[in-house]
Amino acid sequence: MSPLLIGPLATGAISGLLALVIALTDRVVNNYGEVTVDINGGKKSLKVKGGSPLLGTLAAENIFVPSACGGRGSCGACKVRVLSDVGPHLPTETPYLNPEELARNVRLSCQIKLKADIRIEIPDELFYVKKFAAKVESIRDLTYDIKEVRVLLKSPASIEYVPGQYAQLVVPPYDDIPESVQRAYSMSSRPGEPDHVEFLIRLVPGGIATSWVFKYLKQGMDVDLVGPFGEFRVHDTPAAMICVAGGSGMAPFWSMFRDMKEKNTFPEKDIWYFFGARTTRDMFFLDELRALEKDMPRFHFVPALSEPKTEEGWTGETGLITDVLDRYLKEKIDPSKPKEGYLCGSPGMINACIAVMTKNSIPEGGIYYDKFA
Amino acid sequence: MNAEPLVNPVVLFFASIFTSNILLSNFLGMCSFISISKDKTSANGLGLAVTVVMTICAAVSWLVLRYVILPLDIEYLSFIIFIIVIAAVVQMLEMIIDRVSPALYMSLGIFLPLITVNCAILGAILFMQIRSYGFLQAVTFGAGSGLGWWLAIMLLASIRKRTENNPVPAGLKGAGITMVTIGFMAMAFIGFSGMIAVQ
Repeated sequence: MSPLLIGPLATGAISGLLALVIALTDRVVNNYGEVTVDINGGKKSLKVKGGSPLLGTLAAENIFVPSACGGRGSCGACKVRVLSDVGPHLPTETPYLNPEELARNVRLSCQIKLKADIRIEIPDELFYVKKFAAKVESIRDLTYDIKEVRVLLKSPASIEYVPGQYAQLVVPPYDDIPESVQRAYSMSSRPGEPDHVEFLIRLVPGGIATSWVFKYLKQGMDVDLVGPFGEFRVHDTPAAMICVAGGSGMAPFWSMFRDMKEKNTFPEKDIWYFFGARTTRDMFFLDELRALEKDMPRFHFVPALSEPKTEEGWTGETGLITDVLDRYLKEKIDPSKPKEGYLCGSPGMINACIAVMTKNSIPEGGIYYDKFA
Repeated sequence: MNAEPLVNPVVLFFASIFTSNILLSNFLGMCSFISISKDKTSANGLGLAVTVVMTICAAVSWLVLRYVILPLDIEYLSFIIFIIVIAAVVQMLEMIIDRVSPALYMSLGIFLPLITVNCAILGAILFMQIRSYGFLQAVTFGAGSGLGWWLAIMLLASIRKRTENNPVPAGLKGAGITMVTIGFMAMAFIGFSGMIAVQ
């Protein structure tokens, strides 16, 4: 045989042989047989094949623990509490867990491999989370950097959720993004229209999901959603709602207010909605919200521009949204009535608003928010 | 094939730990040596992993060298073949340790894949080839070199621990002063060199 062939053949043979040995080892060593996953003290019990990470195993059984990175251990969203002993926390988990979570043995479900029977605890709501196949019905520009994406659900054909909850948009691999990722977006649609879901998506420069939405997502395309998730919702108390949002933080409120009007839920609640933008270029839904203000006497809409341009003829409030909020809490909103805060926006805005609210005697436990970093 | 050198495997074992330390006399495996020597726990885990992988890889590579590479006269491909062998051994070890001893897997965990690209492993195998060691010599040399590497990284981690609060010129902080430290360690080890012949 030609010496030119011997080398490659021998190298190939060695590689093949080693690959075979690895495959056999994998078959023998990684065969954990059938294991039982007990969820929430017997509420649900699954018999599954062991050897894979918990996150994927649960997803295959239609239990969707929230995850933004798809199981690569880079988002820290897929936390579950593990009651059985699965060994100490891995170095890949600890950066995402605080001391309290470490003490309660909260784990990242993408990092723990199912090797034996296991008992876990997840929020009950996750039982209702489903994966939806949907089709983009329309995409419209609300501002130069915010789009409203409206999708029609195909299978399952309808979704049940509470206004304020979010869903994860599944972004397929594109350009140099090699793996599918999921990103959470609050649903801006109304539960009263259960076959459609809408999102307000703002372009984050360099953002994986938003770049994909702005560059590739087109009308008629198929997309997948996982949801609903989240605790952000209207609380059933007589306290007035003081809502503050900026940019695409409009989404959960747009859903809440329209739902409250449609179903006349929480009729005793006064609603104050502060929406901050830099210039009129960043404002949207102004007419719709003003119309809502007319139809719903208990709803007060306060849009504010922080950098109004004189030629724009802005007649509303001006200044930073926190300053406007402070002014209203001190002067315009009845100080004797109980109030609770609802915030949606950047972490910086939320922290600043929490400071203003607590200063104006809204208890910190009564301030609810969705922080989107 | 050259004849085996007349070195007692036991002597070779100790020689490769102390007098011909693969790290301090050959400067192999420097990347992980510098980056993982910040704390002793990680250094210990990596050292253990290197030792285990080096011993097993030396044995497997010797067999491949003796029964495949030399008979077929394809020594020019030995680099590639050895790298494939190392990668496969690490992969299998990872799976087996995960199953057999989760505790050990925890301590080796992230280091095992890192070792696939540790040049000390390939270096030890290539020395084994160049010096035409016999099987026993190859295994003791592999184990010894691994232990030597382990010793060196533990020494460095201890030194870094003790010197971390020392005043160091700003430009030398981190990797810079570590390189200087390694230089001193290597000089100290040079005192042993030549005491025992390894080939």
